[in-house]
Amino acid sequence: MKSSSNSATADTIVIGGGLHGCSTALHLALRGMKVIVVEKDRVGRHASSANAGGVRRLGRALPEVPLSAASAQMWQNIEALVDDDCGFVASYQVKLADTDEQMDQLRARAQQVRDIGFEHEHIIDQQTLRDLVPAVSPACIGAMAVKGDGFANPFQTIKAFHQKCKQLGVTFHEGSGVDRIERAGTEWSVQTADGTFVAPNIVNCAGAWGGKIAAMLGDDLHVEARAPMLIITEKMPHFIDCVAGAQGIPFSFKQFPNGTVLIGGGHVGTAHPDINKTDLNFEGLATYAKTAQRYFPIMKNAKIVRCWAGIEGFMPDGIPVIGAGQADNVFHSFGYSAHGYQMGPVCGKILSELVIDKASTLPIAPFAPTRFAA
Amino acid sequence: MMQSQFDIVVVGAGPAGMSAAVEAAKHGATVCLLDEQQRAGGQIYRNVAQTTPAQAKILGKDYLAGGRLVQELGQSAVDHRAGVTVWNVGEDGAVTYSRNEQAGQVRGQHVIIANGATERPVPIPGWTLPGVITAGAAQIMMKSDGLVAQNAVLVGSGPLLYLVATQLLAAGAPPKALVETQTRRNLMSALPHFFGAVKDWKQLVKGMRFLVTLKRAKVPRYTAASEIAVEGTDHAQAVTFRAGGKDHRIETDMVLLHQGVVPNTQISRSLKLDHRFDDIQRCFHPVTDALGQSSHPLFSIAGDGAGIGGAKVAAISGRLAALNALASIGKIDAGLRDTQAAGLIRSRQSELSIRPFLDVLYTPPEEVFAPADDTIICRCEEVRAGDIRKFAAMGCDGPNRTKVFGRCGMGPCQGRNCGLTVTEILAAEHKRTQNEVGAFRIRAPLKPVTLSELSALSDTIHQDKTQ
Amino acid sequence: MFKPLETPPSDEQLSFTFDGKPVAATRGMSVAGALFQSSTDAIRNTPVSGSARGPFCMMGACYDCLVQIDGVTVQACQIPVTDGLVVSRVPNTHKGAE
Repeated sequence: MKSSSNSATADTIVIGGGLHGCSTALHLALRGMKVIVVEKDRVGRHASSANAGGVRRLGRALPEVPLSAASAQMWQNIEALVDDDCGFVASYQVKLADTDEQMDQLRARAQQVRDIGFEHEHIIDQQTLRDLVPAVSPACIGAMAVKGDGFANPFQTIKAFHQKCKQLGVTFHEGSGVDRIERAGTEWSVQTADGTFVAPNIVNCAGAWGGKIAAMLGDDLHVEARAPMLIITEKMPHFIDCVAGAQGIPFSFKQFPNGTVLIGGGHVGTAHPDINKTDLNFEGLATYAKTAQRYFPIMKNAKIVRCWAGIEGFMPDGIPVIGAGQADNVFHSFGYSAHGYQMGPVCGKILSELVIDKASTLPIAPFAPTRFAA
Repeated sequence: MMQSQFDIVVVGAGPAGMSAAVEAAKHGATVCLLDEQQRAGGQIYRNVAQTTPAQAKILGKDYLAGGRLVQELGQSAVDHRAGVTVWNVGEDGAVTYSRNEQAGQVRGQHVIIANGATERPVPIPGWTLPGVITAGAAQIMMKSDGLVAQNAVLVGSGPLLYLVATQLLAAGAPPKALVETQTRRNLMSALPHFFGAVKDWKQLVKGMRFLVTLKRAKVPRYTAASEIAVEGTDHAQAVTFRAGGKDHRIETDMVLLHQGVVPNTQISRSLKLDHRFDDIQRCFHPVTDALGQSSHPLFSIAGDGAGIGGAKVAAISGRLAALNALASIGKIDAGLRDTQAAGLIRSRQSELSIRPFLDVLYTPPEEVFAPADDTIICRCEEVRAGDIRKFAAMGCDGPNRTKVFGRCGMGPCQGRNCGLTVTEILAAEHKRTQNEVGAFRIRAPLKPVTLSELSALSDTIHQDKTQ
Repeated sequence: MFKPLETPPSDEQLSFTFDGKPVAATRGMSVAGALFQSSTDAIRNTPVSGSARGPFCMMGACYDCLVQIDGVTVQACQIPVTDGLVVSRVPNTHKGAE
């Protein structure tokens, strides 16, 4: 099937066919660039499929707040971008608290966000919370909430971005891991299992494998592959619209329109990025199960249909690398540390600006690859 | 506190699992046998130890022969845990299960997977209607519920179809008709294998006797049937098909489907063991050596789960897997293993002599692998054959991606009902082999488990560690 | 649909309820078997299309015989009947339901 004599030229080569790679390719194509995406496995094979689908501004690391806010606006109108609603349901994201101490932490946090000029995070009291989330445990005394946040369907999203890219003429080479990258004059030559591709610009969206690609481009960026785990239940009668998290506890909880409930939020299994394998950690899964019952007693008898884990890249400081590399026309966008899904739309736009305009309209200095330089 | 560490853990108490457990215990190994049914026997010998005289008469000698294995198991030192649902098998040999909504875990130095076969999915229009069940289901109900399907129309192909038909007849519920898919061409293709099969002439005679019995009872048989569908809105009402150049319609509220059985690969897939597609049996099976050793040193596979051979072959392969397991954990030496295995391998060879003949004679018709666009193939998420073809055209090139495209295989059965069909449709659409297309990745839990059970598991694990 | 192979001894007969209605059964039967005996085989509606569904494989593989006992979704073919058992339909989560 494969011919290794494949060779093609483009304006930009995007390495990595996840949501960030597809979004970058999409925005570059929208601005008229010819783009090739090379993907070592299949489009959306890793974190882009195996994520919880949270569309969340709530609780973001402060440097991410402006990007996340801009992305939230794009999500409101996602169909205009990719001709598909991506299963996006806007409601509320809430972060639950069951102690006064947690409430104080949430109040302090909301203040920090207001201090940098954003008003989306609100503190709600127990009654408001119960009106919003009737199924919540009576032990919860309040929450931080963001209206307009919600969730989307990761499968539908990656499919929509991929299809839209193809419609705009982006070429995808799947099963096409990068073996070597060489400089040829003003061009980059990317040698893969599926052929050699040449373009003046390279964007590294390789997720957990982003560090490996960065090294080929002369940048020393350490990304750790981890395997965030998820639990999905049987279809249950509709009982919650909001996406719930919990203050100080790895937990994320939502019910999809088809009735299934997704539980995730940070417990990890073991990642084997070299062989695309993840192992589940049952103690972590059991903790998820306990936490879900603690906040939502209705879950006690719910049946778990499937648990799984995806491979995601984590940076040492928990926020991604977004910006130019040391070599000419090299850009990085990876290491989203398990919260990159919501920022997919805007980060693709940012990367397209970096490639074409050499600057972004959004504040990306905190994400600079150079921040790890010793 | 129940024992949780064993030399050998066996999953499944059918002929393979029972033999494996008994054999291993005979050699002094500590053995835990886990099985979902309330009593040992598997599906083939289900409930065999509790059979009433009336059931015994109808179900016949081959079935009752399983009683001896159950008896041996009862007399052995095997820790048989019945009524437990295994929902995870870890690469470290830890097997996690539920019993009465309580989680438990045992660990073996070696694990023998003997989880048998399931019926091949037969996706035809209307197969999701109430009143349509598998032929195996009808037989299970005779064995363990004491119930007989009345006025049944049996649809499909394979020895079990005739066996169930004659059993229904013996039980005073003659089937309304047999609608069979095998053609004269199947017979012609099978003939070259006939001389091999003659070695097992007793089986051949038995098969002939079924047909004679059905003929005497004037049960109508239609062969080379095609375009088979079940009519009905909320319940099966009739079977329609084409045979002998004519359209037929037979009214019935009871349709029994069968197109042979295929290995249950849920556990072996979840462990990511090597699998291969068998072009004759048209199904995947885990790759094993003659003793049942899989591609992972800790796991052996015995019985129909490793490839379809039937109950007698399963019992032999169970003993072989036990020898393999015993040697791999140092309970016996390789010399003893090989001496004992040699005779077993020979008798298995002779039991298998009829297989190629049967496999070719009863090979399912192409419409089983290439259902019409409208036909539901994923019963859980109600995904149709045409949807899969549409996904294929959009670039979906493997079963796991059909989940992304349309939730196929994401329901509670985790692809047990649609997996093989999805592989076949994608292989046909992309003109690739089934091996190239592959199969669904299987995730824990193998069977759904409640949140409260899962959360209790961490306590079980902790207790285990502090022991 | 189904008839008993033989008349069970009276001390083996018992009764449970499905969706509030009494169902006669014999000890040793599965819940799915007993429902079949009482000609109740359309026991749930599918979440996707709302179509009627009933037991199919009777060996725990197909997940078509789902019912609820004590609020837990279980496979009716895997549960032995007991006297007085309370079995209910799984909630209909199909969009058109309610």
